Amino acid sequence: MPRGSAVAAGPPDSQPSTHETTEALVAVPGYGGGPPPPSIPRPPVSNARMGMLMLIGAETMFFAGLIGAYVVFRFGSPVWPSGHLYLPVGITWVNTAFLLFSCYTMWRAIRCIQADQQQPFVRWLAVTALLGSVFLGVQGFEWVRLVHDGLTISAGMYGATFYTLIGCHGLHVLAAVLWLGIVLVQARRGKFSPQHLIGVEICGMYWYYVGAVWVVLFPLVYLN
Amino acid sequence: MSEAGAAAAHDAHAEHHELGFIRTYIFSTDHKMIGRQFLFASILMLIVGGLLAMMIRWELAWPETAVPFTSWISEPFMYPADEDSAVGAVEGLSEYVDPYPGANFAKSLGSVGGAHMDPAFYNSVFTMHATIMIFFVVMPFMVGGFGNYLIPLMIGAGDMAFPVLNMLSFWTAVPATIMIVYSFFVEGGAAAGGWTMYATLSADPTLSGVDTGADLWVISLLILGVSSLMGAINYITTVVNMRAPGMTWFRMPLVIWSLFVTAILLLLALPVLTAALGMLLFDRTMGTSFFMPGGGGEPILWQHLFWFFGHPEVYILVLPAMGVTSDILSTFSRKPIFGYKAMAFSMMALAFLSWIVWGHHMFVSGMNPVLGTAFMLTTMVIAVPSAIKTFNWLGTLWGGNIRFTSPMLFALGFVSNFVIGGLSGIYMASTPVDIFIHDTYFIVAHFHYVVAGIIFGMFAALYYWFPKIFGRMMNETLGKVHFALTYIFFNCAFFPMHFLGVGGHMRRIYNPLQYEFLHDMQWWNVFITMSAFCLGLSQLIFFVNFIWSLIAGKKADKNPWEANTLEWTAPSPPGHGNFETTPTVYRGPYEYSSPLVQEDWLPQDRKLGPEAVTASQ
Repeated sequence: MPRGSAVAAGPPDSQPSTHETTEALVAVPGYGGGPPPPSIPRPPVSNARMGMLMLIGAETMFFAGLIGAYVVFRFGSPVWPSGHLYLPVGITWVNTAFLLFSCYTMWRAIRCIQADQQQPFVRWLAVTALLGSVFLGVQGFEWVRLVHDGLTISAGMYGATFYTLIGCHGLHVLAAVLWLGIVLVQARRGKFSPQHLIGVEICGMYWYYVGAVWVVLFPLVYLN
Repeated sequence: MSEAGAAAAHDAHAEHHELGFIRTYIFSTDHKMIGRQFLFASILMLIVGGLLAMMIRWELAWPETAVPFTSWISEPFMYPADEDSAVGAVEGLSEYVDPYPGANFAKSLGSVGGAHMDPAFYNSVFTMHATIMIFFVVMPFMVGGFGNYLIPLMIGAGDMAFPVLNMLSFWTAVPATIMIVYSFFVEGGAAAGGWTMYATLSADPTLSGVDTGADLWVISLLILGVSSLMGAINYITTVVNMRAPGMTWFRMPLVIWSLFVTAILLLLALPVLTAALGMLLFDRTMGTSFFMPGGGGEPILWQHLFWFFGHPEVYILVLPAMGVTSDILSTFSRKPIFGYKAMAFSMMALAFLSWIVWGHHMFVSGMNPVLGTAFMLTTMVIAVPSAIKTFNWLGTLWGGNIRFTSPMLFALGFVSNFVIGGLSGIYMASTPVDIFIHDTYFIVAHFHYVVAGIIFGMFAALYYWFPKIFGRMMNETLGKVHFALTYIFFNCAFFPMHFLGVGGHMRRIYNPLQYEFLHDMQWWNVFITMSAFCLGLSQLIFFVNFIWSLIAGKKADKNPWEANTLEWTAPSPPGHGNFETTPTVYRGPYEYSSPLVQEDWLPQDRKLGPEAVTASQ
């Protein structure tokens, strides 16, 4: 019988002898016999939440790449116009408030479904979706005005970085609103309950994330 | 838990019989079928990428002569040659080197459907060779194929955490693959900026002469990024949440560790490439100038973003091969892996270091030299975890009962080539040396030893798990012949590239004879090309063995290699749901030659009673 590794596997004096019980072997490093550790009935973070955390991590790297490029151009350029010169800072402050308030309403919605209050739950979700849509609408309206004023994506580094960065965020808000629309329809049909709310929860995680990205982008791009 | 799991597995198994052809073989959500789909797709692309390499090699050995069997390629890319002009072109070479090595071979072969290659098309060929080999062969083979197949089986799960996402991951990779192949056939041909697509060459279509092809290249990689993202989310969640009872983190096989770490790199590195590709696409199509200095852009920014992704990408490619090698070396040495935890932690160290070394690709880019020194130091540190792995592999072999099966041979081949590639990497990491050998054939030799060397890991994995995946054994004799020829010709093809590089032979040139100082070394180019052709032909043995074994190979037992890990306790091939009952894990994966049992292997799920101890005395 080949025993090539008997020495490598553990100290020689730990060789088991006949009078030892199997339980004693548990203590022998490398041999690893004995009972398994108790299985965890439910993992601490569910699959869906874990997957959403991964997606958020990846999205963060995506925005880090874009923000990195923005920072290189902005602080590498001898002249960089102030945001106030071109951008509608005042109305975007209001728009920021809408988006942040939508995160609050999302949180309220999740609190309601945790307490099994179906009616307020649907109502808060609807308010959230509405606020998200208003944010998108205002952004779209301002973009049309900006393009009309001559700030296009090809007009220079300022326009290119602005539309790329803010446009990518806008697309994320759009995706979040569409997703929330689906969740809203499911909520009206009574699909969610305190026991089954993972669909709302991960949508909420994404919603908060999109709001958090805006909290970084708004001061960076608009306020200076 | 185990009862529920068994019931679920049973239900899934019953359901399996009701699935139609399309749900079973095409839009399957079974990780094993998706793994096989990735496997076959990548093997097809391996043929494409390999043939492109052959065209590159012909051009370098006998520049501007007729390349055989290519007259079917249309006019702006290849110009058909009749027999006289094919022979005449080879005879013209003696003007530079007399006698010209391999002239008779080139004369007789070049007249068989020969055609002259357009220099611009040569650029497309090497660009697409690298792109296909990296993104459409190694990644789908190791991460897509074996990652999918092995993760649930080796951790004792019934399937992935998100089976539908898994299916979508494959079916987003398919259009990306079709697009990259299709780009050869659009006007202007395929992308020609090198696989790194450095701006400004890539950012302005007029500079490389390729318009639609390069757009397709960018879009294809953007789509592939989505596919990889879905895969990475799936792998990480599965490994964290779906392990069988008793499968603690440090009882996981090292191949699972490697795939787990790879998935984290994929998750965090590819989005950076996506951001860069997005900006490149805007530059090409929307009139921005992120990477065009004329409009205030920054070409170096592309290099920073690309290599911030690109260096982790190297470890995405190589880590799974390292994991596979660790498992195979331990199994066929009949010994526990030497330094299991050191192996796991060194993979994490490699993954961490891969984030802070990207600048070593850019020493001659005009980057601040102080930054270059910092990157040189961090790069040198990579030698530490790499050496830990190498010495632990040697320690595993030491004093073992080595069984020289074909997977073992390929794993040993991977280790030896990795050592050569790793050592030449230290030359490249040192700024003063790198400035001399940058963008020469030395770097081509280096990354082929590491990245093309992964093919040894790929073959090792395929020979090792073929019985599990397809339920049949591969032919051992053919496998050993395949190994011997591959190993010899691989080294003959890539080792002399070091000499060429130190001699100043530039990378990515169409005709080395343009430079008088390279004339003396041209016979090395011919030697490399001949070896490369032999390397390519040796793969025919593999294809014969692979296809023949698929159809008529000897039926495989559950555990033909007498290995310990959980996949060998499932039937070969495993049914839908993988395990008859959810396995319980009692020990680590490498308990070979344990004194507790009569046999020299001790599977992870085998429960030992007191009688086993008695029997071992």
